[in-house]
Amino acid sequence: MNLTTPIGAVTLANPLVTASGCGGTGRELAPYTDLSRLGAFTTATVMARPRAGRPTPRIAETPSGLLNAMGLPGPGLEAFLARELPWLAAQDVPTVVSVGGNTVQEFAEIATRLAAAPAFRVAAGGTGAVAGVEVNVACPNAEDRGRMFAAAPAAAAEVVRAVRGAIHRDIPVLAKLSPDVTDIATIALACADAGATGLSLINTVSGLAIDPATLRPALSGVSGGLSGPAVRPVALRCVFQVHAAIPDLPIVGGGGIATGSDALEFLVAGATAFSVGTTLLHDPSAPQRILRELEEALAARGVARPADAVGMAHRPASPPRIAPPPRPRIEELT
Amino acid sequence: MAAYHAMTVVAPAVAERFRPGQFVAVAVGGEHTSLLARRCLPVYEVKSDYGGTVEFVFEADDPGSRWLASRRSRDALDLIGPLGRPFPLPRDPASCLLVGGAHGSSGLFALADTLRQRDCKVHFVLAAPHAHQVYGALSAQRIGDSSTVITRDGSLGVAGMVPDLLPGIIDQTEADVVYAAGPTSLLSAVSGIASALGIPCQVSLGELLSRTAACGIGVCASCVLPVVGDDGHTRMVRACAEGPVLRGERVRWGDLGTIPLDALGGPRAPQTPLEAAP
Ligand SMILES: Cc1cc2nc3c(=O)[nH]c(=O)nc-3n(C[C@H](O)[C@H](O)[C@H](O)COP(=O)(O)OP(=O)(O)OC[C@H]3O[C@@H](n4cnc5c(N)ncnc54)[C@H](O)[C@@H]3O)c2cc1C
Ligand SMILES: Cc1cc2nc3c(=O)[nH]c(=O)nc-3n(C[C@H](O)[C@H](O)[C@H](O)COP(=O)(O)O)c2cc1C
Ligand code: FES
Repeated sequence: MNLTTPIGAVTLANPLVTASGCGGTGRELAPYTDLSRLGAFTTATVMARPRAGRPTPRIAETPSGLLNAMGLPGPGLEAFLARELPWLAAQDVPTVVSVGGNTVQEFAEIATRLAAAPAFRVAAGGTGAVAGVEVNVACPNAEDRGRMFAAAPAAAAEVVRAVRGAIHRDIPVLAKLSPDVTDIATIALACADAGATGLSLINTVSGLAIDPATLRPALSGVSGGLSGPAVRPVALRCVFQVHAAIPDLPIVGGGGIATGSDALEFLVAGATAFSVGTTLLHDPSAPQRILRELEEALAARGVARPADAVGMAHRPASPPRIAPPPRPRIEELT
Repeated sequence: MAAYHAMTVVAPAVAERFRPGQFVAVAVGGEHTSLLARRCLPVYEVKSDYGGTVEFVFEADDPGSRWLASRRSRDALDLIGPLGRPFPLPRDPASCLLVGGAHGSSGLFALADTLRQRDCKVHFVLAAPHAHQVYGALSAQRIGDSSTVITRDGSLGVAGMVPDLLPGIIDQTEADVVYAAGPTSLLSAVSGIASALGIPCQVSLGELLSRTAACGIGVCASCVLPVVGDDGHTRMVRACAEGPVLRGERVRWGDLGTIPLDALGGPRAPQTPLEAAP
């Protein structure tokens, strides 16, 4: 089956990408999943400086989900460019670099340094090892009392414009949006207008867990971000709404994808590609299984390739082949 | 032994590669589980029966481990392993003191076998609040050159606390090295005593891992703790990947559950790039 997936000027070998922060540096995942057979690997969000992150407990188990407040731990841009990106490039896996910051200026600087770094240029010039830059607009905005950029169309757009301006135009820039907003389509439109090649939907859903032993919040960060199958309906709703508003904009959809059938749901809701995150923590060998199941699910429905399924749920339902049984009358039910 | 469950699984690839101190990460709840975090369990022993078996011991204290305890023979289990850094071994024959708390001691028996094969002396200390929480007292008696059981209430062995009794035992056994496994408070106490006496101490963070781990393979960074590296800098290292065995004196026991101000990437860190963890 032809699984190729275009996102802007880049064509991925298949629509499966790992979600940011869920595949370690890639090295930890490699024993379980052949990285070169991923559509792309997304890095954890890279910040300008090294960050130790939040104290433990950082992750709590909740029904069909995980609640996390990591505090974006990471080695910082310099170490990322020196150690992580070259390693990923050598694995022959297209890499999506997730970037973060606490001011628009920080996003602009990190994108500029990224674009100028030798590793980035070699990677981009060579076999196209950098498949995109994902802008984590769910970062708190230090200039707006810590409210996340993704909460306001103007702030989200400003960040996207800053990154887009620094990155070569052949490299897709994806804005990763938070579902915790009143109208996600408005934010999506603002990001598209600011030059985003596409969107990544969704980041985690804000939540809280109580530790029954202590009767205190389970996470050191008090509240955290919910992920996993528990958020899948929220993610599907976001993808559906944004695709309806901007049908031509590529969407990397994700939130609780654990099977090929889950992935198909995202494609028909309007996603061009899909991301697998929390499932990697539970089953690090899942990507190949999910791709196989997706192919089977498409073939069983007579769909030739993933690209043909994109947005199918938005088309009018075809008339049912068998007439539905007559509705029972009320009297019969009582 | 009513407090704990022991389970043996046929897993030749795990058994073959296992080294003492390593653990397995078990998925719980079955195919359509709502429990997404893997349970990280120290390995009690591996055997060559049936191509290779792995035995582990755990406490059924949450829905996931209760599900695990309810498995029956021939049920399939989703298990990853062996994982983590094993116990470093003495190059030359040495007198080794193995200190285990509660069922954490289960992780010391494979080590004891290996040490004995290397002509080391093996002395056991098994500690727990009460008699029924002591794991492996009979095995320890059988294979150890000596074995001391310590319970808080004296319901088995000696009544008392490890910190009070350990210096005397180290003295009697002329221990060259201390290995410890189990509850964090025990590991902290043992590390403190060993380092005060200048004895190398390797600890296996069984309880910390079981409390904080989600993936067990190093992708999620949920299981971090502050550890001082060879360069003197403190880093947040992953118990599952850089551990579960760490040098006791390198762990900042008093700062667990925090990000020390001077940790790399912390609020007042020296501005050097983060290096790979020790
Ligand atoms: C059983 C044991 C005995 C030790 N005895 C001494 C000692 O007498 N003097 C000392 O300065 N440090 C000793 N050490 C400390 C040791 O050298 C390391 O500092 C410690 O094992 C931690 O190393 P690591 O975390 O880098 O582990 P690893 O990277 O696994 O290093 C372990 C290294 O320690 C070496 N080692 C193990 N036992 C001994 C030993 N008896 N003497 C010398 N080297 C050893 C091993 O060959 C190996 O290279 C001992 C460690 C252990 C485990
Ligand atoms: C442990 C963990 C770490 C994460 N780190 C990041 C991150 O650094 N940047 C980011 O944009 N999203 C991060 N996320 C969010 C995921 O990328 C993903 O958007 C979200 O979890 C929903 O997808 P899922 O249900 O497939 O995990 C993280 C999620 C988890 C569980
Ligand atoms: S448990 Fe996930 S990194 Fe250690």
